[in-house]
Amino acid sequence: MRWVSVWRRNMLVWRKLFAAAVLTNLADPLIMLFGLGYGLGTLLPSIEGMSYIAFFAAGQLCTATMFTASFESMFSGFSRMHGQKTWDAILYAPLVIDDIVTGEIMWAASKAWLTGSTILGVVVVFGLAASPLVLLALPAAFLVGLAFSAVGLIVTVLARGWDFFSYYMTLLMTPMMMISGVFFPVERLPAPLVAVAQALPLYHGVEIVRPLVAGRLPEDALIHVLVLLGYAAAGYAAAIYFARKRFSE
Amino acid sequence: MSVLAARGLRKSYAGVEVVCGVDLAVAPGECFGLLGPNGAGKTTTLRLCLGLITPDAGEIDLLGEPVPRRAREARARVGVVPQFDNLDPDFTVAENLVVFARYFGMAARDIEARIPELLEFAGLAGRGAAKITALSGGMKRRLTLARALINDPQIIFMDEPTTGLDPQARHLIWERMRSLTQRGKTLVLTTHFMEEAERLCQRLAIMDRGRIIAEGSPRALIAKHIEPQVLEVHGPGYAAWMARARALAPRVERAGDTVFVYAEDVAPIMKTLAGEKELAYLQRQASLEDVFLKLTGRDLRD
Repeated sequence: MRWVSVWRRNMLVWRKLFAAAVLTNLADPLIMLFGLGYGLGTLLPSIEGMSYIAFFAAGQLCTATMFTASFESMFSGFSRMHGQKTWDAILYAPLVIDDIVTGEIMWAASKAWLTGSTILGVVVVFGLAASPLVLLALPAAFLVGLAFSAVGLIVTVLARGWDFFSYYMTLLMTPMMMISGVFFPVERLPAPLVAVAQALPLYHGVEIVRPLVAGRLPEDALIHVLVLLGYAAAGYAAAIYFARKRFSE
Repeated sequence: MSVLAARGLRKSYAGVEVVCGVDLAVAPGECFGLLGPNGAGKTTTLRLCLGLITPDAGEIDLLGEPVPRRAREARARVGVVPQFDNLDPDFTVAENLVVFARYFGMAARDIEARIPELLEFAGLAGRGAAKITALSGGMKRRLTLARALINDPQIIFMDEPTTGLDPQARHLIWERMRSLTQRGKTLVLTTHFMEEAERLCQRLAIMDRGRIIAEGSPRALIAKHIEPQVLEVHGPGYAAWMARARALAPRVERAGDTVFVYAEDVAPIMKTLAGEKELAYLQRQASLEDVFLKLTGRDLRD
């Protein structure tokens, strides 16, 4: 549990910059949610028995969680590791690189969870959720955050410069967002793209959260949870492997 | 019994051996210096001793713990002052100490109790709420030293502790380092300031190209490796004079347009300067720097 001190370090920075952090984390997804949700929603009939804004809110919850986790583990993580040399200083103490990787992933997942749960709060306040079942989206959001934090940290410990992150964002995250059922049902996509979406974590997050917003239990919940856990576990193992390699140089 | 012992340390990067068979033994309470030009392998040696990197060969014992296997346990009783400050810019002076103390698993009450004395030691009393960006280079270095002491370490590793500091700041750091050895702490420092090594270290090792090439107290090294007196001569016509000096002195060297004459007694050689109005000269005692330059050469290392 030595990683907790790393988590607490990041938490303390976040608390000091609370106002700015919350604004940048939440303003963007909420503007998207209401802008697209109400704007497009007036043009569209209900989708899968939900209003468009409720449909989109479930996707947006997962997307915003994904972005918070990725930004924190990549840009903020790289700044701590590379720019500020914070990790170097931590390694003088009785901590090893594995503790830092664990602390960073857990922190990014926690911050992402806060984004997800705030959006969930908005969903509830605006009456977009059909039943209290929606509260199960809270642990789901943490799982989404964990998966993307772990994968993001692999990119961080492999990065040689800031440019590296643009590739990941532009070539992976943006297309993933388009095909994972965030804006429209995946059934509208050609079959090969659906298969690609099913191999990626965001789709499984959306497949858990959307039925919960609609007041139903998700089908194949176990599979979705296992895929997200798989990404988190594999990402964690790979991040540790590459971090050890980087820091043994 | 030594607090740090290393035998046969070797480390290569990309096929280039940067540490080639280093042996070290540091006794409790001493200030031990590792001297060497840039790229000699000093920092790599320190990182090996701390267990931050794994040696290709060799054994390390730090405070009775085998390193790197039990480096974590050893580091609980070790302090580190790195070459480049890596204080946390997001935090105040006091927060930097609090956060660092948590990495050692210290209890909140113990941390609170420790901070005032550390700020006092660092000459930062009353500056606990200051931002890191508002500190001078000397203050940052002192805070880094205070941070290294948070866990009351037995041994403190300092990598070029005064590089980049002005003379005032440097003297203050030296004074603090002496007070640490007076309290029984062991210091291991790397430096390429000979004056620093000569003033502070009871014992030092000169390292070059990954090897330790000389070891001993500053005085013993000077006595063993160099003639006690030096005459430095420069000015127009130095070359012709140098030829005459060679006949009189055991060792004459030239660096740029300055001639260095080393001898037991330079008085007879100074007499030859009597008629040379163009030449400027300086007579002085041999120093550690002369030993260092003799052993590692006068060529630039960068």
